Amino acid sequence: MFSLEHKNYLKKIRLNNFLIKLFQFLILIVFLIVWQLLSDYKIINPFIFSSPIKVIETIINLHNSGDLYNHILITVWETLISFVLGTLLGILIASIMWWNKFLAKIIDPYLTVLNSLPKVALGPILIIWVGAGMQSIIVMALLISTIITIINVYQGFISIDPIKIKLMQTFKATKTQIYFKLILPGTISNIISCFKVNISMSLIGVIMGEFLVSKEGIGYLIMYGSQVFNLDLVITGTIVLCIVAAVMYSLVLYIEKKLIKNYIE
Amino acid sequence: MNELLTIKNLSKIYHTKQGETKAIDNFSLNINNGDFIAIVGPSGCGKSTILNILANLDNKSDGEIIFNNDIKMGYMLQQDALFNWKTVLDNCLLGLEINKNLTKKNKQYVLDLLNNYGLKDFINSYPNNLSGGMRQRVALIRTLATKPDLLLIDEPFSALDYQTRLAVSDDVYNIIKQENKTAIMVTHDIAEAISMADKIVILSKRPSKIKKIIDIKLSNKSNPINNRKAKEFSYYYDLIWKEIDHV
Repeated sequence: MFSLEHKNYLKKIRLNNFLIKLFQFLILIVFLIVWQLLSDYKIINPFIFSSPIKVIETIINLHNSGDLYNHILITVWETLISFVLGTLLGILIASIMWWNKFLAKIIDPYLTVLNSLPKVALGPILIIWVGAGMQSIIVMALLISTIITIINVYQGFISIDPIKIKLMQTFKATKTQIYFKLILPGTISNIISCFKVNISMSLIGVIMGEFLVSKEGIGYLIMYGSQVFNLDLVITGTIVLCIVAAVMYSLVLYIEKKLIKNYIE
Repeated sequence: MNELLTIKNLSKIYHTKQGETKAIDNFSLNINNGDFIAIVGPSGCGKSTILNILANLDNKSDGEIIFNNDIKMGYMLQQDALFNWKTVLDNCLLGLEINKNLTKKNKQYVLDLLNNYGLKDFINSYPNNLSGGMRQRVALIRTLATKPDLLLIDEPFSALDYQTRLAVSDDVYNIIKQENKTAIMVTHDIAEAISMADKIVILSKRPSKIKKIIDIKLSNKSNPINNRKAKEFSYYYDLIWKEIDHV
Protein backbone atom coordinates (compact mmCIF):
# COMPACT_ATOMS: atom_id res chain seq x y z
CA MET A 1 0.00 0.00 0.00
CA PHE A 2 2.79 2.42 0.96
CA SER A 3 6.02 2.94 -0.91
CA LEU A 4 9.19 1.45 0.53
CA GLU A 5 10.44 4.91 1.43
CA HIS A 6 7.30 5.63 3.41
CA LYS A 7 7.58 2.29 5.22
CA ASN A 8 11.16 3.10 6.19
CA TYR A 9 10.06 6.50 7.36
CA LEU A 10 7.37 4.98 9.60
CA LYS A 11 9.87 2.42 10.88
CA LYS A 12 12.27 5.19 11.83
CA ILE A 13 9.60 7.03 13.80
CA ARG A 14 8.59 3.86 15.63
CA LEU A 15 12.20 3.02 16.45
CA ASN A 16 12.76 6.53 17.74
CA ASN A 17 9.73 6.37 20.02
CA PHE A 18 10.77 2.96 21.28
CA LEU A 19 14.27 4.21 22.12
CA ILE A 20 12.88 7.17 24.06
CA LYS A 21 10.67 4.86 26.13
CA LEU A 22 13.55 2.43 26.63
CA PHE A 23 15.90 5.10 27.95
CA GLN A 24 13.23 6.55 30.20
CA PHE A 25 12.78 3.10 31.73
CA LEU A 26 16.54 2.40 31.90
CA ILE A 27 17.25 5.60 33.82
CA LEU A 28 14.74 4.53 36.48
CA ILE A 29 16.14 1.00 36.75
CA VAL A 30 19.78 2.15 36.87
CA PHE A 31 18.89 4.73 39.49
CA LEU A 32 17.17 2.11 41.68
CA ILE A 33 20.01 -0.41 41.33
CA VAL A 34 22.72 2.16 42.09
CA TRP A 35 20.74 3.43 45.07
CA GLN A 36 20.35 -0.13 46.41
CA LEU A 37 24.03 -0.98 45.88
CA LEU A 38 25.31 2.22 47.45
CA SER A 39 23.13 1.53 50.44
CA ASP A 40 24.09 -2.18 50.65
CA TYR A 41 27.82 -1.39 50.61
CA LYS A 42 27.30 1.44 53.14
CA ILE A 43 28.72 4.04 50.75
CA ILE A 44 25.72 6.12 51.68
CA ASN A 45 24.19 5.92 55.14
CA PRO A 46 21.15 3.60 54.73
CA PHE A 47 19.57 5.13 57.81
CA ILE A 48 19.45 8.58 56.23
CA PHE A 49 19.17 7.67 52.56
CA SER A 50 17.05 4.52 52.89
CA SER A 51 17.01 2.08 49.94
CA PRO A 52 14.53 0.74 47.39
CA ILE A 53 14.07 -2.50 49.33
CA LYS A 54 13.39 -0.61 52.55
CA VAL A 55 10.86 1.56 50.74
CA ILE A 56 9.07 -1.55 49.49
CA GLU A 57 9.10 -2.98 53.02
CA THR A 58 7.62 0.23 54.38
CA ILE A 59 4.90 0.17 51.74
CA ILE A 60 4.09 -3.44 52.63
CA ASN A 61 3.91 -2.54 56.34
CA LEU A 62 1.63 0.39 55.61
CA HIS A 63 -0.45 -1.84 53.38
CA ASN A 64 -0.77 -4.48 56.11
CA SER A 65 -1.82 -1.95 58.72
CA GLY A 66 -4.30 -0.52 56.19
CA ASP A 67 -2.97 3.02 56.76
CA LEU A 68 -1.56 3.55 53.27
CA TYR A 69 -4.88 3.73 51.44
CA ASN A 70 -6.42 5.97 54.03
CA HIS A 71 -3.58 8.48 53.69
CA ILE A 72 -3.72 8.39 49.90
CA LEU A 73 -7.50 8.73 49.83
CA ILE A 74 -7.48 11.68 52.20
CA THR A 75 -4.89 13.54 50.13
CA VAL A 76 -6.63 12.76 46.83
CA TRP A 77 -10.00 13.75 48.27
CA GLU A 78 -8.68 17.07 49.59
CA THR A 79 -6.98 17.77 46.28
CA LEU A 80 -10.11 17.03 44.26
CA ILE A 81 -12.28 19.26 46.46
CA SER A 82 -9.78 22.12 46.16
CA PHE A 83 -9.41 21.54 42.43
CA VAL A 84 -13.14 21.70 41.74
CA LEU A 85 -13.82 24.59 44.12
CA GLY A 86 -10.73 26.52 42.99
CA THR A 87 -11.56 26.16 39.31
CA LEU A 88 -15.22 27.14 39.75
CA LEU A 89 -14.40 30.03 42.05
CA GLY A 90 -11.66 31.24 39.70
CA ILE A 91 -13.94 31.17 36.67
CA LEU A 92 -16.70 32.91 38.63
CA ILE A 93 -14.46 35.73 39.82
CA ALA A 94 -12.87 36.12 36.37
CA SER A 95 -16.41 36.37 34.92
CA ILE A 96 -17.37 39.07 37.40
CA MET A 97 -14.21 40.95 36.47
CA TRP A 98 -15.02 40.66 32.76
CA TRP A 99 -18.53 41.87 33.48
CA ASN A 100 -17.31 44.88 35.39
CA LYS A 101 -14.04 46.24 33.95
CA PHE A 102 -14.10 49.05 36.50
CA LEU A 103 -13.99 46.53 39.34
CA ALA A 104 -11.31 44.57 37.49
CA LYS A 105 -9.08 47.63 37.37
CA ILE A 106 -9.65 48.30 41.06
CA ILE A 107 -8.70 44.82 42.26
CA ASP A 108 -5.84 44.35 39.81
CA PRO A 109 -3.00 45.41 42.19
CA TYR A 110 -4.43 43.26 45.00
CA LEU A 111 -4.50 40.24 42.73
CA THR A 112 -0.91 40.86 41.69
CA VAL A 113 0.25 41.06 45.31
CA LEU A 114 -1.76 37.98 46.33
CA ASN A 115 -0.38 36.08 43.34
CA SER A 116 3.23 36.81 44.17
CA LEU A 117 2.81 36.20 47.91
CA PRO A 118 4.09 32.76 48.93
CA LYS A 119 0.83 31.35 50.27
CA VAL A 120 2.61 29.13 52.80
CA ALA A 121 3.29 32.30 54.78
CA LEU A 122 -0.43 32.45 55.51
CA GLY A 123 -0.35 28.98 57.08
CA PRO A 124 -0.03 30.01 60.73
CA ILE A 125 -2.84 32.56 60.37
CA LEU A 126 -5.05 30.02 58.65
CA ILE A 127 -4.65 27.51 61.47
CA ILE A 128 -5.85 30.10 63.97
CA TRP A 129 -8.62 31.52 61.82
CA VAL A 130 -10.00 28.42 60.16
CA GLY A 131 -8.95 25.75 62.65
CA ALA A 132 -6.44 22.92 62.55
CA GLY A 133 -8.28 20.51 60.30
CA MET A 134 -9.23 19.67 56.79
CA GLN A 135 -10.75 23.17 56.35
CA SER A 136 -7.34 24.81 56.69
CA ILE A 137 -5.82 22.46 54.17
CA ILE A 138 -8.54 23.16 51.62
CA VAL A 139 -8.40 26.91 52.17
CA MET A 140 -4.63 26.79 51.66
CA ALA A 141 -5.03 24.86 48.39
CA LEU A 142 -7.82 27.20 47.28
CA LEU A 143 -5.63 30.25 47.87
CA ILE A 144 -3.02 28.79 45.59
CA SER A 145 -5.24 27.50 42.79
CA THR A 146 -7.97 30.16 42.70
CA ILE A 147 -5.75 33.17 42.16
CA ILE A 148 -3.84 31.63 39.29
CA THR A 149 -7.15 30.51 37.73
CA ILE A 150 -8.61 34.01 38.00
CA ILE A 151 -5.59 35.48 36.26
CA ASN A 152 -5.41 32.88 33.48
CA VAL A 153 -9.14 32.77 32.73
CA TYR A 154 -9.53 36.55 32.83
CA GLN A 155 -6.61 36.85 30.42
CA GLY A 156 -8.47 34.46 28.11
CA PHE A 157 -11.69 36.47 28.42
CA ILE A 158 -10.11 39.79 27.49
CA SER A 159 -8.11 38.38 24.60
CA ILE A 160 -11.27 37.52 22.66
CA ASP A 161 -11.07 39.25 19.28
CA PRO A 162 -12.82 42.67 19.56
CA ILE A 163 -14.23 42.26 16.05
CA LYS A 164 -16.22 39.26 17.31
CA ILE A 165 -17.66 41.38 20.12
CA LYS A 166 -18.52 44.04 17.55
CA LEU A 167 -20.24 41.37 15.47
CA MET A 168 -22.38 40.40 18.47
CA GLN A 169 -23.24 44.07 18.99
CA THR A 170 -24.34 44.48 15.39
CA PHE A 171 -26.96 41.84 16.17
CA LYS A 172 -27.88 43.85 19.28
CA ALA A 173 -26.74 41.10 21.64
CA THR A 174 -27.07 41.75 25.36
CA LYS A 175 -24.06 41.44 27.64
CA THR A 176 -25.37 38.10 28.91
CA GLN A 177 -25.61 36.83 25.34
CA ILE A 178 -22.10 38.04 24.55
CA TYR A 179 -20.83 36.21 27.64
CA PHE A 180 -22.57 32.91 27.03
CA LYS A 181 -22.41 32.78 23.25
CA LEU A 182 -18.96 34.24 22.65
CA ILE A 183 -16.74 34.82 25.69
CA LEU A 184 -17.28 31.51 27.45
CA PRO A 185 -17.24 29.18 24.42
CA GLY A 186 -14.37 31.20 22.95
CA THR A 187 -12.15 30.62 25.98
CA ILE A 188 -13.08 27.02 26.69
CA SER A 189 -9.66 25.76 25.58
CA ASN A 190 -7.97 28.26 27.94
CA ILE A 191 -10.17 27.06 30.76
CA ILE A 192 -9.43 23.41 30.04
CA SER A 193 -5.69 24.03 29.95
CA CYS A 194 -6.15 25.73 33.32
CA PHE A 195 -7.25 22.35 34.71
CA LYS A 196 -3.72 21.01 34.23
CA VAL A 197 -2.15 23.85 36.17
CA ASN A 198 -4.83 23.67 38.82
CA ILE A 199 -4.51 20.00 39.67
CA SER A 200 -0.81 20.50 40.41
CA MET A 201 -1.47 23.74 42.31
CA SER A 202 -4.15 22.06 44.41
CA LEU A 203 -1.84 19.19 45.29
CA ILE A 204 0.92 21.61 46.30
CA GLY A 205 -1.55 23.46 48.50
CA VAL A 206 -2.88 20.29 50.07
CA ILE A 207 0.58 18.95 50.94
CA MET A 208 1.57 22.32 52.36
CA GLY A 209 -1.59 22.30 54.42
CA GLU A 210 -0.96 18.75 55.61
CA PHE A 211 2.56 19.68 56.68
CA LEU A 212 1.09 22.37 58.86
CA VAL A 213 -2.01 20.91 60.40
CA SER A 214 -3.09 17.45 59.53
CA LYS A 215 -3.40 14.14 61.27
CA GLU A 216 -3.83 12.17 58.04
CA GLY A 217 -2.71 12.28 54.43
CA ILE A 218 0.55 11.82 52.55
CA GLY A 219 1.84 15.21 53.70
CA TYR A 220 1.26 14.13 57.28
CA LEU A 221 3.03 10.81 56.62
CA ILE A 222 6.14 12.65 55.40
CA MET A 223 6.02 15.16 58.28
CA TYR A 224 5.50 12.44 60.89
CA GLY A 225 8.37 10.40 59.42
CA SER A 226 10.77 13.32 59.68
CA GLN A 227 9.72 14.10 63.26
CA VAL A 228 10.39 10.55 64.49
CA PHE A 229 13.49 10.47 62.24
CA ASN A 230 12.14 7.54 60.24
CA LEU A 231 13.67 8.44 56.87
CA ASP A 232 12.29 5.26 55.27
CA LEU A 233 8.84 6.66 55.89
CA VAL A 234 9.75 10.11 54.55
CA ILE A 235 11.14 8.74 51.31
CA THR A 236 8.27 6.25 50.94
CA GLY A 237 5.81 9.13 51.41
CA THR A 238 7.59 11.17 48.77
CA ILE A 239 7.55 8.31 46.28
CA VAL A 240 3.86 7.60 46.91
CA LEU A 241 3.22 11.32 46.37
CA CYS A 242 5.07 11.20 43.03
CA ILE A 243 2.85 8.34 41.91
CA VAL A 244 -0.36 10.04 43.10
CA ALA A 245 0.63 13.29 41.37
CA ALA A 246 1.44 11.49 38.12
CA VAL A 247 -1.83 9.56 38.14
CA MET A 248 -3.95 12.64 38.82
CA TYR A 249 -2.12 14.66 36.19
CA SER A 250 -2.59 12.04 33.51
CA LEU A 251 -6.24 11.76 34.47
CA VAL A 252 -6.72 15.48 33.89
CA LEU A 253 -4.74 15.23 30.66
CA TYR A 254 -7.05 12.44 29.52
CA ILE A 255 -10.17 14.44 30.40
CA GLU A 256 -8.72 17.48 28.62
CA LYS A 257 -8.11 15.48 25.46
CA LYS A 258 -11.67 14.08 25.57
CA LEU A 259 -13.23 17.49 26.17
CA ILE A 260 -11.24 19.25 23.46
CA LYS A 261 -11.99 16.48 21.00
CA ASN A 262 -15.70 16.78 21.68
CA TYR A 263 -15.64 20.51 21.58
CA ILE A 264 -13.53 21.48 18.63
CA GLU A 265 -14.53 19.18 15.78
CA MET B 1 -37.75 55.10 -5.89
CA ASN B 2 -38.79 55.37 -2.29
CA GLU B 3 -36.49 56.79 0.26
CA LEU B 4 -35.13 54.44 2.90
CA LEU B 5 -33.25 56.85 5.09
CA THR B 6 -31.95 60.37 5.20
CA ILE B 7 -28.80 61.54 6.93
CA LYS B 8 -28.72 65.24 7.70
CA ASN B 9 -25.68 67.23 8.81
CA LEU B 10 -24.10 64.36 10.70
CA SER B 11 -20.97 65.19 12.73
CA LYS B 12 -18.80 63.15 14.99
CA ILE B 13 -16.17 64.29 17.44
CA TYR B 14 -13.76 61.87 19.10
CA HIS B 15 -12.45 62.58 22.56
CA THR B 16 -9.04 61.47 23.76
CA LYS B 17 -6.80 62.63 26.60
CA GLN B 18 -4.86 64.73 24.12
CA GLY B 19 -7.95 66.61 23.00
CA GLU B 20 -10.81 66.32 20.57
CA THR B 21 -10.72 65.41 16.90
CA LYS B 22 -13.48 66.14 14.48
CA ALA B 23 -13.89 62.96 12.44
CA ILE B 24 -17.00 63.76 10.40
CA ASP B 25 -18.27 67.17 9.49
CA ASN B 26 -21.69 67.92 8.08
CA PHE B 27 -22.37 64.67 6.28
CA SER B 28 -25.72 64.52 4.47
CA LEU B 29 -26.99 61.74 2.24
CA ASN B 30 -30.25 60.28 0.96
CA ILE B 31 -30.48 56.55 0.53
CA ASN B 32 -33.17 55.05 -1.67
CA ASN B 33 -34.44 51.53 -1.79
CA GLY B 34 -32.25 49.36 -3.99
CA ASP B 35 -29.29 51.76 -3.98
CA PHE B 36 -25.74 50.52 -3.90
CA ILE B 37 -23.71 53.38 -2.50
CA ALA B 38 -19.95 53.36 -2.04
CA ILE B 39 -18.16 55.73 0.27
CA VAL B 40 -14.53 56.30 -0.66
CA GLY B 41 -11.88 58.49 0.89
CA PRO B 42 -8.31 58.51 2.15
CA SER B 43 -7.54 55.93 4.84
CA GLY B 44 -8.27 57.00 8.39
CA CYS B 45 -10.82 59.60 7.27
CA GLY B 46 -13.66 58.21 9.34
CA LYS B 47 -15.53 56.25 6.69
CA SER B 48 -16.23 53.34 9.02
CA THR B 49 -17.44 55.73 11.71
CA ILE B 50 -20.43 56.60 9.53
CA LEU B 51 -21.41 52.93 9.36
CA ASN B 52 -20.89 52.51 13.10
CA ILE B 53 -23.20 55.43 13.79
CA LEU B 54 -25.83 54.10 11.40
CA ALA B 55 -25.65 50.70 13.12
CA ASN B 56 -25.99 52.37 16.49
CA LEU B 57 -22.59 51.10 17.68
CA ASP B 58 -21.32 54.63 18.11
CA ASN B 59 -23.03 57.89 19.09
CA LYS B 60 -23.28 60.85 16.78
CA SER B 61 -22.19 64.24 18.08
CA ASP B 62 -24.63 66.23 16.01
CA GLY B 63 -27.07 65.92 13.11
CA GLU B 64 -30.03 63.77 12.31
CA ILE B 65 -30.66 60.33 10.93
CA ILE B 66 -34.22 59.87 9.74
CA PHE B 67 -35.41 56.35 9.04
CA ASN B 68 -38.44 55.88 6.87
CA ASN B 69 -40.40 53.41 8.95
CA ASP B 70 -38.75 50.68 10.93
CA ILE B 71 -35.82 49.45 8.89
CA LYS B 72 -33.56 46.62 9.91
CA MET B 73 -29.83 46.94 9.46
CA GLY B 74 -27.23 44.28 8.67
CA TYR B 75 -23.53 44.91 9.14
CA MET B 76 -20.78 43.12 7.28
CA LEU B 77 -17.48 43.66 9.04
CA GLN B 78 -13.90 44.03 7.82
CA GLN B 79 -13.13 40.50 8.93
CA ASP B 80 -15.41 37.52 8.68
CA ALA B 81 -15.27 36.96 12.48
CA LEU B 82 -16.61 33.42 12.13
CA PHE B 83 -16.72 31.40 15.35
CA ASN B 84 -14.50 28.38 14.80
CA TRP B 85 -16.40 26.29 17.35
CA LYS B 86 -19.65 26.61 15.40
CA THR B 87 -20.52 24.93 12.11
CA VAL B 88 -21.14 27.05 9.02
CA LEU B 89 -24.89 26.71 9.55
CA ASP B 90 -24.72 27.65 13.24
CA ASN B 91 -22.53 30.63 12.41
CA CYS B 92 -25.15 31.81 9.95
CA LEU B 93 -27.92 31.35 12.51
CA LEU B 94 -26.12 33.46 15.13
CA GLY B 95 -28.12 36.65 14.50
CA LEU B 96 -31.44 34.82 14.56
CA GLU B 97 -30.41 33.02 17.72
CA ILE B 98 -29.51 36.30 19.45
CA ASN B 99 -32.76 37.95 18.38
CA LYS B 100 -34.68 34.86 19.52
CA ASN B 101 -36.09 34.61 16.05
CA LEU B 102 -34.95 31.13 15.13
CA THR B 103 -38.14 29.86 13.54
CA LYS B 104 -38.33 26.93 11.12
CA LYS B 105 -39.08 29.34 8.31
CA ASN B 106 -36.07 31.53 9.03
CA LYS B 107 -33.81 28.51 9.30
CA GLN B 108 -35.05 27.29 5.94
CA TYR B 109 -34.30 30.72 4.47
CA VAL B 110 -30.68 30.43 5.68
CA LEU B 111 -30.40 26.89 4.35
CA ASP B 112 -31.70 28.10 0.97
CA LEU B 113 -29.13 30.88 0.90
CA LEU B 114 -26.33 28.42 1.72
CA ASN B 115 -27.56 26.03 -0.97
CA ASN B 116 -27.96 28.76 -3.58
CA TYR B 117 -24.59 30.34 -3.05
CA GLY B 118 -22.29 27.35 -3.32
CA LEU B 119 -22.00 26.29 0.31
CA LYS B 120 -24.26 23.28 0.08
CA ASP B 121 -21.53 20.76 0.89
CA PHE B 122 -20.14 22.82 3.74
CA ILE B 123 -23.27 23.43 5.84
CA ASN B 124 -22.01 21.19 8.64
CA SER B 125 -18.29 21.95 8.21
CA TYR B 126 -16.30 24.16 10.52
CA PRO B 127 -14.93 27.52 9.31
CA ASN B 128 -11.31 26.24 9.48
CA ASN B 129 -12.02 24.03 6.47
CA LEU B 130 -13.18 26.93 4.29
CA SER B 131 -11.25 29.13 1.87
CA GLY B 132 -11.08 32.89 2.39
CA GLY B 133 -13.71 33.54 -0.26
CA MET B 134 -16.09 30.97 1.17
CA ARG B 135 -15.69 32.44 4.65
CA GLN B 136 -16.67 35.84 3.26
CA ARG B 137 -19.78 34.34 1.68
CA VAL B 138 -20.70 32.72 4.99
CA ALA B 139 -20.25 36.08 6.70
CA LEU B 140 -22.59 37.70 4.16
CA ILE B 141 -25.22 35.00 4.61
CA ARG B 142 -24.94 35.42 8.39
CA THR B 143 -25.74 39.11 7.83
CA LEU B 144 -28.58 38.36 5.40
CA ALA B 145 -30.14 35.78 7.75
CA THR B 146 -31.89 38.46 9.79
CA LYS B 147 -33.39 39.86 6.55
CA PRO B 148 -32.00 43.39 6.83
CA ASP B 149 -33.42 46.20 4.69
CA LEU B 150 -30.08 47.97 4.56
CA LEU B 151 -26.66 46.39 4.39
CA LEU B 152 -23.66 48.21 5.83
CA ILE B 153 -20.48 46.83 4.32
CA ASP B 154 -17.13 47.84 5.80
CA GLU B 155 -14.19 47.01 3.49
CA PRO B 156 -15.21 43.36 3.54
CA PHE B 157 -12.55 42.25 1.08
CA SER B 158 -9.52 44.00 2.50
CA ALA B 159 -8.20 40.84 4.16
CA LEU B 160 -8.25 38.83 0.92
CA ASP B 161 -5.62 38.46 -1.78
CA TYR B 162 -6.30 40.17 -5.11
CA GLN B 163 -7.58 37.13 -7.03
CA THR B 164 -9.99 36.10 -4.29
CA ARG B 165 -10.99 39.69 -3.81
CA LEU B 166 -12.24 40.04 -7.38
CA ALA B 167 -14.13 36.76 -7.22
CA VAL B 168 -15.68 37.47 -3.82
CA SER B 169 -16.76 41.00 -4.73
CA ASP B 170 -18.50 39.45 -7.72
CA ASP B 171 -20.21 36.89 -5.47
CA VAL B 172 -21.24 39.40 -2.88
CA TYR B 173 -22.55 41.81 -5.49
CA ASN B 174 -24.63 39.12 -7.15
CA ILE B 175 -26.07 37.95 -3.87
CA ILE B 176 -26.99 41.49 -2.85
CA LYS B 177 -28.63 42.20 -6.20
CA GLN B 178 -30.49 38.89 -6.32
CA GLU B 179 -31.80 39.33 -2.80
CA ASN B 180 -32.79 42.89 -3.70
CA LYS B 181 -30.93 44.61 -0.90
CA THR B 182 -29.92 48.20 -0.40
CA ALA B 183 -26.27 48.61 0.52
CA ILE B 184 -23.75 51.17 1.70
CA MET B 185 -20.17 50.02 1.22
CA VAL B 186 -17.09 51.69 2.62
CA THR B 187 -13.86 51.09 0.69
CA HIS B 188 -10.58 52.72 -0.18
CA ASP B 189 -10.35 50.85 -3.48
CA ILE B 190 -11.59 53.15 -6.25
CA ALA B 191 -11.86 50.39 -8.86
CA GLU B 192 -13.90 48.26 -6.50
CA ALA B 193 -16.25 51.17 -5.82
CA ILE B 194 -16.81 51.95 -9.51
CA SER B 195 -17.36 48.31 -10.44
CA MET B 196 -19.98 47.76 -7.74
CA ALA B 197 -21.78 50.99 -6.85
CA ASP B 198 -24.46 53.11 -8.53
CA LYS B 199 -23.38 56.14 -6.60
CA ILE B 200 -20.03 57.07 -5.08
CA VAL B 201 -19.60 59.49 -2.20
CA ILE B 202 -16.08 60.97 -2.01
CA LEU B 203 -14.93 62.10 1.40
CA SER B 204 -12.12 64.52 2.16
CA LYS B 205 -9.42 63.78 4.71
CA ARG B 206 -10.13 64.53 8.37
CA PRO B 207 -12.49 66.08 9.30
CA SER B 208 -14.42 64.22 6.60
CA LYS B 209 -16.69 66.34 4.48
CA ILE B 210 -18.45 65.24 1.32
CA LYS B 211 -16.36 66.49 -1.59
CA LYS B 212 -18.48 65.12 -4.36
CA ILE B 213 -21.20 62.60 -5.10
CA ILE B 214 -20.88 60.87 -8.46
CA ASP B 215 -23.55 58.78 -10.17
CA ILE B 216 -21.95 55.88 -11.95
CA LYS B 217 -23.49 55.12 -15.32
CA LEU B 218 -21.71 52.29 -17.09
CA SER B 219 -22.79 50.92 -20.43
CA ASN B 220 -23.68 47.21 -20.33
CA LYS B 221 -23.66 47.20 -16.55
CA SER B 222 -23.51 43.64 -15.28
CA ASN B 223 -21.32 42.04 -12.60
CA PRO B 224 -18.28 43.82 -11.08
CA ILE B 225 -15.64 41.94 -13.08
CA ASN B 226 -17.30 42.82 -16.39
CA ASN B 227 -18.02 46.35 -15.25
CA ARG B 228 -14.28 46.89 -15.02
CA LYS B 229 -14.18 46.51 -18.82
CA ALA B 230 -16.78 49.24 -19.46
CA LYS B 231 -15.46 52.12 -21.56
CA GLU B 232 -16.44 54.72 -18.94
CA PHE B 233 -14.47 52.93 -16.25
CA SER B 234 -11.18 54.80 -16.67
CA TYR B 235 -12.99 58.11 -16.98
CA TYR B 236 -14.59 57.61 -13.58
CA TYR B 237 -11.34 56.32 -12.16
CA ASP B 238 -9.50 59.49 -13.15
CA LEU B 239 -12.32 61.67 -11.89
CA ILE B 240 -12.34 60.09 -8.47
CA TRP B 241 -8.57 59.79 -8.23
CA LYS B 242 -8.26 63.56 -8.74
CA GLU B 243 -10.88 64.29 -6.11
CA ILE B 244 -9.42 62.16 -3.35
CA ASP B 245 -6.94 63.85 -1.04
CA HIS B 246 -3.64 62.10 -1.25
CA VAL B 247 -1.90 62.30 2.06
